[in-house]
Amino acid sequence: MNERIWGILVEGFGKILLASIKVTIPLTIIGFSLAMVIAIIMALVQYAHIPVLKEISRIYIWIFRGTPLLVQLFLAYFGLPKLGIVMEAFPCAVMVFALNEGAYCAETMRSALEAVPEGQMEAGYCVGMNYFQIMRHVVIPQALRTAFPPLSNSVISMLKDTSLAAEITVADMFMSAQKIVGRTYEPLWVYSEVALIYLVFSTILTFIQRYYEKRLSAYNTRSTEVGVKGGTQRS
Amino acid sequence: MSMMEIKGICKSFGKAQVLKDIDINVEKGDVIAILGPSGSGKTTLLRCINFLEKPDKGSMEFDGVRYDLEHIKRKDIAMIRKKTAFVFQSYNLFANKTALENVTLGLTSARKMGKAEAKEIGMRMLEKVGLAEFKDHYPIQLSGGQQQRVAIARALATDPEIIYFDEPTSALDPELIGEVLLVIRKLAEDGMTMLVVTHEMNFAENVSNKVVFMEDGQLIEKAASKEFFANPKEERAKAFIKNIRSQHDA
Ligand SMILES: Nc1ncnc2c1ncn2[C@@H]1O[C@H](COP(=O)(O)OP(=O)(O)O)[C@@H](O)[C@H]1O
Ligand SMILES: [Mg+2]
Repeated sequence: MNERIWGILVEGFGKILLASIKVTIPLTIIGFSLAMVIAIIMALVQYAHIPVLKEISRIYIWIFRGTPLLVQLFLAYFGLPKLGIVMEAFPCAVMVFALNEGAYCAETMRSALEAVPEGQMEAGYCVGMNYFQIMRHVVIPQALRTAFPPLSNSVISMLKDTSLAAEITVADMFMSAQKIVGRTYEPLWVYSEVALIYLVFSTILTFIQRYYEKRLSAYNTRSTEVGVKGGTQRS
Repeated sequence: MSMMEIKGICKSFGKAQVLKDIDINVEKGDVIAILGPSGSGKTTLLRCINFLEKPDKGSMEFDGVRYDLEHIKRKDIAMIRKKTAFVFQSYNLFANKTALENVTLGLTSARKMGKAEAKEIGMRMLEKVGLAEFKDHYPIQLSGGQQQRVAIARALATDPEIIYFDEPTSALDPELIGEVLLVIRKLAEDGMTMLVVTHEMNFAENVSNKVVFMEDGQLIEKAASKEFFANPKEERAKAFIKNIRSQHDA
């Protein structure tokens, strides 16, 4: 590795990191938060067997899980303007990621809700609670606990998938790397560098996932040490 | 004075008629043991009178008001449920709540009681079942017997007029049965009205004041406990008692 390449990597690091702060991280956070809102609504509608809405939810999940993410991005960014719906690249990407990820997470949430034993609901009725009170205090918290590991995996995949947004001109980390390669003709070094940065981000997310999984496991473990509410681990 | 009277409850699952015209009259302070072989409809009966199943027919008088069970309104169900409590065979404690939270949730959530007041009641109930020091334990950290005692504390917290027990000790290891029965016996001494499905014959004979014997969805015999055990009228009841006693002694 000579001085020229070192210079490219150092300059590239700054640019890629800036792109991550301006685009990749916000896209992941906003996209995933919206996805969770969609997922919880779609899962609850199915769990509660609400007519019509339940069918709409099934169709939505069917479409967004059954078509490629890249095609969805192209359709939204290049296709929708033909119908007069024009969006800037970033909000367009947020929307597509939220809808796509929402479909997957809705299935995760639905199966987590269905995994809560029927007896929990019955016990709630028997102490006088109504459906909404039981859902809020008992069923949804338990389902979120069950869904936490798969949902964490979804965030990590989504972080990596945001690189596809570069294809619709979103100036994310990968776009920034492509530009540097275009200028310097060093694809091996620069793409390795961007890969490494993605790796660092997903590793950080994995650690966060482990930490919270431990804390959440309070009521799933017999160990009294972490069992007491709130736990005693460092933050 | 009768506090609850059910009349003519019928229930079918598909083609199988599981409850055939059941009548039971409960007076204040009664402890009624419901006996009968497995599959005779005991659980279904309790579930019907607490609306966990919808009866096909029948009526219920509760606190002097009669309700047609086939057409009972949601708000009447909610009102009756607030005056009753249920203890399940499999405890059904809220898995994401501590022992204390299990006991107080019905107060804070369903009855909008303040946290402090609910906590005070909750602690009193946990003390009653001897589990005050386990207040911060989650259900999974408790033994079966402890879980069932928390479930009883949860049932007591809402100050019910009647408590239904569905085989409260059947899921327990033999050495844990005693602690749960002791709690129920104390409630009986305090005058709590209870309907208890059980296979514990000593409990039925010595704690309950009335016995109801069911078989095949029918109510075969109703009697005062002492009388029932000393001299069961129905052949089937006789055979049942003999059979279950011999299993127990084996
Ligand atoms: N949800 C249900 N669906 C169909 N059949 C049921 C259901 N619950 C109970 N049964 C049937 O009803 C009969 C009575 O059951 P149950 O009330 O549980 O009896 P017990 O509590 O006396 O053992 C049994 O034959 C059982 O198989
Ligand atoms: Mg039963």
